[in-house]
Amino acid sequence: MSANNTSGLPQVSDRLAFNAMRNWKEKLIEAILLGAAAVSVMTTLGIVYVLVSESIQFFSHVSIVDFLTDTQWTPLFDDAHFGIMVLISGTLVSSAVALLVAIPMGTVIAIYLSEFANGKVREVAKPVLELLGGIPTIVFGYFALLVVTPILQFFFPSLPGFSLLSAGLVMGIMIVPYIASLSEDAMRAVPMSMREGAYAMGSTKLYTAIHVVVPAAISGLAASYILAISRAVGETMILAVAAGMQPNLTWNPAEPAATITSYIVQVALGDLPHGSIGYQTIFAAGLMLLLITLVFNILGQWLRAKYRETY
Amino acid sequence: MKPLTTEQIRAVIARGKLKDNIFKVLGIFCLSLAMVIIVALIADMVIKGSERFTIDFFLNFASRHASKAGILSAWVGSLLVMFVTALAAVPLGVAAGLYLEEYAKRNWITNIIEINISNLAAVPSIVYGLLALGIFVYQFGFGQSILSAGLTLALLILPIIIVSTREAIRAIPAMIREGSMAVGATRWQTCRYHIIPYAMPGILTGVIIGLARAIGETAPIITIGALTFIAFLPPAPFSGEPAAGLFDWVMAPFTVMPIQIFNWTSRPDPAFEINAAAAGFVLMAMVLSMNAVAIYLRYKMRKNIKW
Repeated sequence: MSANNTSGLPQVSDRLAFNAMRNWKEKLIEAILLGAAAVSVMTTLGIVYVLVSESIQFFSHVSIVDFLTDTQWTPLFDDAHFGIMVLISGTLVSSAVALLVAIPMGTVIAIYLSEFANGKVREVAKPVLELLGGIPTIVFGYFALLVVTPILQFFFPSLPGFSLLSAGLVMGIMIVPYIASLSEDAMRAVPMSMREGAYAMGSTKLYTAIHVVVPAAISGLAASYILAISRAVGETMILAVAAGMQPNLTWNPAEPAATITSYIVQVALGDLPHGSIGYQTIFAAGLMLLLITLVFNILGQWLRAKYRETY
Repeated sequence: MKPLTTEQIRAVIARGKLKDNIFKVLGIFCLSLAMVIIVALIADMVIKGSERFTIDFFLNFASRHASKAGILSAWVGSLLVMFVTALAAVPLGVAAGLYLEEYAKRNWITNIIEINISNLAAVPSIVYGLLALGIFVYQFGFGQSILSAGLTLALLILPIIIVSTREAIRAIPAMIREGSMAVGATRWQTCRYHIIPYAMPGILTGVIIGLARAIGETAPIITIGALTFIAFLPPAPFSGEPAAGLFDWVMAPFTVMPIQIFNWTSRPDPAFEINAAAAGFVLMAMVLSMNAVAIYLRYKMRKNIKW
C-alpha cells in the first residue's frame, strides 16, 4: 500500500504536524501583537517611573512644604527658591484666558453646526476646523508674538512685549476646533425624536437647542471642556514664545510670566548637567503638570459617568 | 389666564424667530472668525517671508546673518525624524489596534490597555519629552540623536494610530471574517489577507494625521535637547572619510523645522522674523497638505465603500 502514496495526498501524520506548526505560529503572532499593545502601557509606566524617580531625588533636597508654599522660583540662582506656585499661577492664568475664548466660541460653533447649518456648510466647515486644529503650535506662537501682540499693543499701549494675555488668546483659538468638533458630535448623537417633540410643542430652533439638545448632550460637552483644559494646561510653545519666560507670581494676564511648561523648555534650552538639582526641577515640574491634567481627566470621567444620558 | 390675542401670538413668534436669526449670525460670525484667522496666519507669513522664498533658502544652513540663513539642516532633520517615527509607530500602532479588535478577550488586561490608551492621548506632549530625556537619552544612551527624537514622537502619535486602526477595523462587517474562516483560514490569515487590506485606507488616514501632528511638534524635541544651530547634515550612508555606515545617521545630532522657527522667532533682531515667517509657511504647507490628503482620503472612503 505504501507504494501507492504517489497521489499527492499528505499522510495523516504530515497533516497533524502541519496543524501543530500552524497553531504554534498563530500563538506566536498573537503574542507579538499583544506585545505591541503592551507598549502603550509601558509608555505610561515609563512616564511615571521617570517623573517619580527624579522627583524623589529632588524632594530629598527641597521639602514638599517649601515647594508648595514658597512664593519665589529661582532654582538656578545661588539663593535658590523652589516655589511651584509661581509657575502654577502662570499656567492657570493663561489657561483661564484661553478657556474664556474657546468655550463660548467652540460651543456656539458646535450648536450652530449641529442645529442650524445645512449639510453644505457643515461639509465645508468641519474640514476647515480640522485644518485649524492641525496647525503646529510653534506657528501659533509666532502668530501670538509677532501679530497678535502688536495688534493688542495698538489698543492697549501699556501692554508689554510678552504677555499671558496674547498667548492665552491665541491658545484659545487653537482649542476652539477641539471643543467645536467634540461638542458637535455629542449634540448630533441626541436622537431626532427629542427635537421633533420640542418643535411639535412650538419651540423655536434656539429654544430647542438650549433647553433640549444641550442638556441631553451635557456629558459630551463637559468631556470636551475637560479635554480643552488639559490642552491649555499642557500647551508649551505658544507660551514659551509669547508669554516670556521669567517666573512671576501674578494673577494679571497683562503681565509676562513663566508657566510649568515654558520653564521646562527654558531649562532644556540651556545646558544643565544630568543629575544636578536644576535638571531634577524639570521632572518635579513635569510631575506637577501630569498631576494637574490627571485631576481634570478623573473629574471629566466622573462628570461623564454622572450625567450620562442614554436613549 | 387670559388667552393671547392673535397679535400677541404673532409678536411671540416674531421674537422667537428674531432670536433664532441673531444666533445664526453669531454662529456664522464665530465660524468665519476661525477661517479669517487661518487666512490671516497664512497671509502674514507669505507676505513677510516672501523675499526668502528662493532656492538658496532651502539649500543654505543656519547662519548668523539672517539673509544668508536657510533651512537645509531643518527640513532634512524633519524628514529623517519622520522616517524613524513612521518606522516605529506604524507597525506598533497597527499591531496594537489589530490585537485589541481581533484577538483581545474581554478581560482585565484588555481593559487596562484600553483605559491606558485613552489616558495617554490626554498627556501633554512635553511630558513625553521628559520621558524621552530620562529613558532614551540617558538610560538607553541614545543621546540627543535622530533616533531619540523619532522614538519620542512615535510614542506620542501611537494612540492616534491605534484609535484610527481600531475604527477602520470595526467598520468591516463580521461576514468577511466568517467567510474567510469558513474556508479554513486561521485568524492570522484572515487578518493578513482580509482585515488589513480592507482597513488600509482608514489606517492610512490615521497614519497621515499622526505624522502631520508629529512633524509640527516642538516641545518634546526641545526637551530632549535638540540643538538649535546645526550647520551640517547627518552622515549619508557609505559617504565621507572614513565611510559612514548605513545607519550612522540615526545617532547624529540634528535640528527640525519647528525648532528652527522657534530659534528665529525668539531672536531680538527683526531680520530673523522674515526667516521665521518663511520657515513657518513651509512647515504649514507640509502639515496642511498632509492633513488635506487625510481628509480627502476619508471623504473618498466614505463614498466608495459599500459592503
